[in-house]
Amino acid sequence: MPIIADGLTYVYGSKTKAKTTAVDNVTFKINDGQFIGLIGHTGSGKSTLLMLLSGLIKPTSGTVYIDGEDIFAKDFDLHSIHGKVGIVFQYPENQLFEETVFKDVCFGPKNMGLDKKETELCAYEALKLVGLEDEVFYQSPFDLSGGQKRRVAIAGILSMKPKILVLDEPTAGLDPAGRKEILDLVKNLCREKGMTVILVSHSMDDVAEYVDRILVMNDGRLEIDAVPKEAFKHKEELEGFGLALPQVTQAMIKIKEIGIPVRTDAITVEEAANEIMRVLY
Amino acid sequence: MKIIKAEKVTFEYIRRDEEGNVEGINRAVDNVSLDVKEGDFISILGANGSGKSTFAKHLNSILLPTEGTVWVDGMDTKDEEKINKIRQTAGMVFQNPDNQIIGQVVDEDVAFGPENMGIPTEEIKERVEEALKTVGMYEFIKRSPNSLSGGQKQRVSIAGVLAMHPKCIVLDEPTAMLDPTGRKEVIRALRALNEVEGITIILITHYMEETVYSDKIFVMHKGSIAMEGTPREVFSRVDELKEYKLEVPQITLLAHTLRQRGLRIPECVLTVKELTDAIKNC
Amino acid sequence: MFKEVSLGQYYQADSVIHRLDPRVKLVGTLLYMISLFVFNNIFCYAVAALLLASVMMLCKVPVGYMFKGLRAVLFIMLFTVVFNVFFTTGDILFEFGIIHISKEGIKMAVLMLVRLTLLIVSASIMTLTTTPNRLTDGLEKLFRPLKLFKAPVHEVALMMSIALRFIPILSEETDKIVKAQTARGAKFDSKKLIERVKSLIPLIVPLFVSAFRRASDLALAMEARGYHGGEGRTKLYPLKYEGRDFVSYIILALYVAVIVFLGIMSARIVAFLTPENSYLTLFF
Repeated sequence: MPIIADGLTYVYGSKTKAKTTAVDNVTFKINDGQFIGLIGHTGSGKSTLLMLLSGLIKPTSGTVYIDGEDIFAKDFDLHSIHGKVGIVFQYPENQLFEETVFKDVCFGPKNMGLDKKETELCAYEALKLVGLEDEVFYQSPFDLSGGQKRRVAIAGILSMKPKILVLDEPTAGLDPAGRKEILDLVKNLCREKGMTVILVSHSMDDVAEYVDRILVMNDGRLEIDAVPKEAFKHKEELEGFGLALPQVTQAMIKIKEIGIPVRTDAITVEEAANEIMRVLY
Repeated sequence: MKIIKAEKVTFEYIRRDEEGNVEGINRAVDNVSLDVKEGDFISILGANGSGKSTFAKHLNSILLPTEGTVWVDGMDTKDEEKINKIRQTAGMVFQNPDNQIIGQVVDEDVAFGPENMGIPTEEIKERVEEALKTVGMYEFIKRSPNSLSGGQKQRVSIAGVLAMHPKCIVLDEPTAMLDPTGRKEVIRALRALNEVEGITIILITHYMEETVYSDKIFVMHKGSIAMEGTPREVFSRVDELKEYKLEVPQITLLAHTLRQRGLRIPECVLTVKELTDAIKNC
Repeated sequence: MFKEVSLGQYYQADSVIHRLDPRVKLVGTLLYMISLFVFNNIFCYAVAALLLASVMMLCKVPVGYMFKGLRAVLFIMLFTVVFNVFFTTGDILFEFGIIHISKEGIKMAVLMLVRLTLLIVSASIMTLTTTPNRLTDGLEKLFRPLKLFKAPVHEVALMMSIALRFIPILSEETDKIVKAQTARGAKFDSKKLIERVKSLIPLIVPLFVSAFRRASDLALAMEARGYHGGEGRTKLYPLKYEGRDFVSYIILALYVAVIVFLGIMSARIVAFLTPENSYLTLFF
């Protein structure tokens, strides 16, 4: 299910208030099973882009094709898109509402019109996928820890069996171990289940370590679209957008400056260590 | 002079089921003792649920210990008569920037604390302006808090505490909900407060990079203090930190990896500068 | 999206009316409204309109804003006019079938129209020139005497101002939750009432949970900043009457005197101005 954004533009504001172009003529194509990192400063239009891709808001101009279909075409049932593109919002635990974890995860598939048996099966699979134990299934979601709540919320999306998963900063507010668990889960969904993943993150270190391709947004425009190694070569440009390089890349640049001839395109600790060892020995 | 002294502090809360029967007792803070010297920058690290926030709320009498005692500038936090003085001595900033701003205009919010203290109007005005200048938010004095970024809101909250002229500020995960720019703004403001104004800072966080410049770090795990020491001492124990669900900064990790592979790099490297120096000497 | 939503409809400008103490504006608007209800003859309305016109000129708010409020009550105004014109009995001026229009009917309709316009515009001017905060402060001060009867005046005022601060935040949050649940296939536009009510649960529960969490966070933050009720609190911007406020009160007092005088004397003035059977009687 490839996604194509074709000249997507979204303008906020009405007649009276000043207009802001949140997404400005963005075009790209994402193939099946890719792990995309979407980065940009707060207010660069990332979140708006995610909502456009999942059909929650309508573009001012341009459109999105999913699986070859124009999702904003007049005769297209926009409701059906929610089963194809799952979106995990920031702090998704804020959307939990049912009495039990299991019921909450059933909400999505039930809305899609699945019968009781199928719904429960989907919910069960999704809860297993995010690694929750059976004993929490019948607890109130509000009694769980922060990390668990977030998993329940993600399961609530996965239970709709989307082929494309869109996540807006899914690790915000979690501790380092919690962050890693969620990112590993997402990576697993992409690699094992073949989902296409679009991940919004503020952490360059995480993006460098996990994704296949980076989209950089600034002021509503798509400025860089490249594999991580290439994307992080644009040091000045990124800094101009208020973004930093991964910490190890910054370190490699400094190491080169003191006269040690290392390549500066390492983006993870592992790569950096290998490169330093290669040069020194 | 010890600005904060905690002795064998334990805090338990009772979980009840729907009928109000006791289901169990949770020990959120377990026998914690620590001293904080006036003028220090202290960090308390810990994973979610490690008890660090619960402990922090003991530092200005929001919670009282089940067992043990906390002294703030020599005052026992259980002493009800001193409660206002304690809250004024140890100010507190919380995680969610939206849920701690009371005023509809920046200056009105910063004035909230001094107003409660009964400070005369003219002096409130001075304090508000001074506090906003200190955190670099003076130009926003007449703005609505809703129009500010997360980092700016947190700096307004810090100004709100500063206007009460505290000796010590306790910050309970002030950066957890901010983007990297906002986090930098807040940490920079805190370091300036500590270095220029000499205010004691107690920063509770799970971002390791923010603690690099502290005088001392306490690591909490399951309600107790698991590690304590200078950043260098704490960060050199990479594997132990992992057990507590924490991570060292990437630079420290890189140095650690290189050391494991046989390079002669010192025990604990915190900054890029230290790393390049170490590699130069190899 | 909702970040700049402001309640009331404050219009930022620097004018004498903006700077007036909110208590003056509250008392003034109240007296003005009462005067419109008690005395309803053309002399009183002329004076009232004159006062309003001078305030309108002073307040530096675009005229369009002041009349915006009228749009909301347009239907009521039309209804009043039609009702008065057709159903007031009196000297018939015009008759067609069962429809008959009387002199009194037209008079009543015009008076009602004028009265409603003056009422709405005066209330609009008050909210346009006073921030919700100052309004709350003004109310707190004005109702302070009620404290003697143990009325929680300070608390209510504080509640109002916190509500005002959180309305934009909660409306933004509502928007987010609607989007999140829509993405999970929820439909909020069902035709059937019961389904519609049911569909609100996934919206209302999270909203309440969040509101309660915010409330408890805020209570904690207020406590940490030494809040202990209204006793012994000082204010950054205490309400203090200044010269212009006293002048305004005097103008207000004069206005009331004139209105009362005209109200009582109107019958005689009419008699004096309009000789028997003059066409002028149509207006009085």
